[in-house]
Amino acid sequence: MALLKLQINNHSYETDVAEETPLLWVLRDNLGLTGTKFGCGIAQCGACTVHLDGEAVRSCVLPVSAVGKRKVTTIEGLSEKGDHPVQKAWEEIDVPQCGYCQAGQIMTAAAFLKKNPKPTDAQIVETMSGNICRCGTYHRIREAVKSAASKTK
Amino acid sequence: MKTLEETSRRNFLKIAATAGGGLFLGFSWSGAAALPGVVTPESAAVGAVNFNSFLTIGADNIITIFSPNPEIGQGIKTAFPMIVAEELDADWKLVKTVQANLDTSKYERQVTGGSGAVPHSWERLRKAGATARYLLVEAAAKRWNVPSTEITTETGKVFHKASGKSATYGELAEDASKITVPKEIKLKDEKDFKLIGQSIRNVDNHNIITGKPLFGLDFYREGMLFALIQRPKAFGLKLKSVDSAETKKMPGIVDVVTFGNSVAVVGKSTWQVKKARELLKIEYEKEFDLESSADHNRIFKQLLDGGEAAVRRKNGDVETAFKNAAKIVTAEYQCPFLPHSPLEPMNFFAHVREDGVELVGPTQTPDRARTEAAKITGFPPEKVTVEITRQGGGFGRRLAADYSIEATHVSKLMKAPVKVVWTREDDMTGGTYRPAVRYRFEAALDKTGQLIGYKLRGVGMNAGNPTREDNFPSGAVDNLLIDSVDHKSPITTGPWRAPITNFLAYAEQSFLDEVAEAAGKDPIQFRLELLEKAKKAPAGEVKYDIDRMIAVIKLAAEKSNWGKKKGVHQGFSVYFSHRSYVAQVGEVIVEKGKPVLKNMIAAVDCGIVINKSGSLQQVRGGIVDGIGHAMYGNLTFKDGAPDQKNFNAFRLIRMNEIPEVDVHFVDNGIAPTGLGEPALPPAGAAAANAFYKATKKRLRNQPFIEEEAFKNIS
Repeated sequence: MALLKLQINNHSYETDVAEETPLLWVLRDNLGLTGTKFGCGIAQCGACTVHLDGEAVRSCVLPVSAVGKRKVTTIEGLSEKGDHPVQKAWEEIDVPQCGYCQAGQIMTAAAFLKKNPKPTDAQIVETMSGNICRCGTYHRIREAVKSAASKTK
Repeated sequence: MKTLEETSRRNFLKIAATAGGGLFLGFSWSGAAALPGVVTPESAAVGAVNFNSFLTIGADNIITIFSPNPEIGQGIKTAFPMIVAEELDADWKLVKTVQANLDTSKYERQVTGGSGAVPHSWERLRKAGATARYLLVEAAAKRWNVPSTEITTETGKVFHKASGKSATYGELAEDASKITVPKEIKLKDEKDFKLIGQSIRNVDNHNIITGKPLFGLDFYREGMLFALIQRPKAFGLKLKSVDSAETKKMPGIVDVVTFGNSVAVVGKSTWQVKKARELLKIEYEKEFDLESSADHNRIFKQLLDGGEAAVRRKNGDVETAFKNAAKIVTAEYQCPFLPHSPLEPMNFFAHVREDGVELVGPTQTPDRARTEAAKITGFPPEKVTVEITRQGGGFGRRLAADYSIEATHVSKLMKAPVKVVWTREDDMTGGTYRPAVRYRFEAALDKTGQLIGYKLRGVGMNAGNPTREDNFPSGAVDNLLIDSVDHKSPITTGPWRAPITNFLAYAEQSFLDEVAEAAGKDPIQFRLELLEKAKKAPAGEVKYDIDRMIAVIKLAAEKSNWGKKKGVHQGFSVYFSHRSYVAQVGEVIVEKGKPVLKNMIAAVDCGIVINKSGSLQQVRGGIVDGIGHAMYGNLTFKDGAPDQKNFNAFRLIRMNEIPEVDVHFVDNGIAPTGLGEPALPPAGAAAANAFYKATKKRLRNQPFIEEEAFKNIS
């Protein structure tokens, strides 16, 4: 066990966990940030996607000790009022069915659009194909990413 | 306006003022016939318990509706209140839905399954809204001393145009609570619907996109322990001995407890428990045969050739028809086991206390969770509470209570609040799969290409009856025999979205394509001729609506421009399930030598569409689900253990693999029929038949990706 300091959503957290514990479980079990979801545990589905210094990463396979001083952003911290352009597009286009994968989808899309504000359709599909939606809301996810891109400056 | 003759009073068993000066209306979800005699509002005042759901209108104009059915992504939490709000002329912005806990004294059919919630509750939800509206109108008439016939309602307000008076529902709510519920209530003419048929967004959207704790896995309780369970690694094994010494030494581990064939590692966090579980040393012994997929393939052939079959339907004289046939078409189709793979793995919270049991979690059948907990703990069911969380998908998996049973056992043994969590590997290897099945179809055609004889034998692994013997083409073929044989396997199975029909429709609609081809007929024309025959001279009972089926077939043909597109290979399929009718056309084009499913066109008759947005997505999602599993889904076994344990080996469809999906709803004004499942069954065959057109190779086994048509194609 080790006392670790983490910067998450612009807050400082301290937690006493084994260093190899995946960030996902520290967020969920130790810090009560349950917006980041557990889907597969092997970086296949993307439900656990968070940002590390703005980069989308799979928190289920990221040992918490590897975070270091990098800033963690989870769905709870993506925007203060849930009004990030990607979140707004998700609401407008009525993307969620069960909703379980959507935090991961949104985090993937937000990091992607930050780097590629004017993506092609093919780039959107390529990036978003890393995240599984078991309900099959893919058409709307694609549409929402496009819509958010058109509104992101 | 139309009047329902049925006594509405029976459905409104409680009416009262709320503490805050609003209207409280308790209404029944059950049909009048299901109620124990007439209960008048007067005799069932405050304190009565025999009512079903609640609708409250607060002095603040907020209308709250408790939604009893579990929400797994089907959109019921949005659709139910829409129906009430329509008849109430409510302001949708002021409607709030609350997920109700399990309460069998208030609700019936508190289940998500069978695509049945809206068809079941349609009329009573409308009556609830209409009754509340009536009470508000009467209250206004009384207050203003004007005839109620002169009063109109619109978006949460009551108006008397002649005097220019108006009031909000909230202002009238307390007065309304003193009005007697009418014996009959008029419902709107469907033409006057304002909300029903609109696109209304999922009521939980904002909480979902901001990561609020909505799901079972998000539920935490102070002092709660986490449990991961080691179950036998193969179906057919039972527990012999457990050495948990190393596990117990690990940090955060509180105890290791055993029940049945399960070994539960209990500790302070999910990860600690997961790591410690890996150190268990468990010996198993064989209880049943450890089956492999090769065994299943052998058993299928044995049962198709010589199994003792249960006859499901028999019309005419099949043997003579086949003897006289000008042409006989025979084909076999097979589908593998499938896990449900809801993205939120199984989990459940239980706290077995001295005075009762508290259960919290994702379940499609909360009453089953309660009944099982009562059995395990010896408490009467009324001492067991079940809080239903939002659920990260269900697909039938959460109809089983195995994981809530586990949570109850562990909490009882630990005397502590416990959440049982399954990893993805636990979920994929833990059973209650869609059963594997194989079908043998035989069709007899006469010289003119008429289908004069039809035989279907279905054999399955714990599939029960893998046929739907009264579905099309039954009723359209004079000489028909449908039978089935079941193999009792140690591998556990259960309902999987559109049970049976999710594979039967693929197999049968693909086979009919083969028969149409052998008859030299267009596949759509072939089906239409069969339906005309069923209409004019039915062979035995016809248990589907021929006209509704014809209508979706024609709509799909029209919208897909059937047979008229150049360079596009089209495949057709139609199926009736869960009271609804769906026809689909798949479109394949060949890109660089590779057949690609580009489009799916769906014509859907589910009666009146409640929520356009939710319904559209429900159909698209059902088709993506159907195509995805038909293309890629495969769970195989070696010595009783699944070969695929996570999404790296079990392939789920992704965004780059979806076709475009074009959905058309039939507008026929029929009361709503099911929609959560019916779009899935026809999808596999529409795709398979289109791929056949492109490749000239039949796809007679799922997953398609392992079939000849896709060999040597990257």
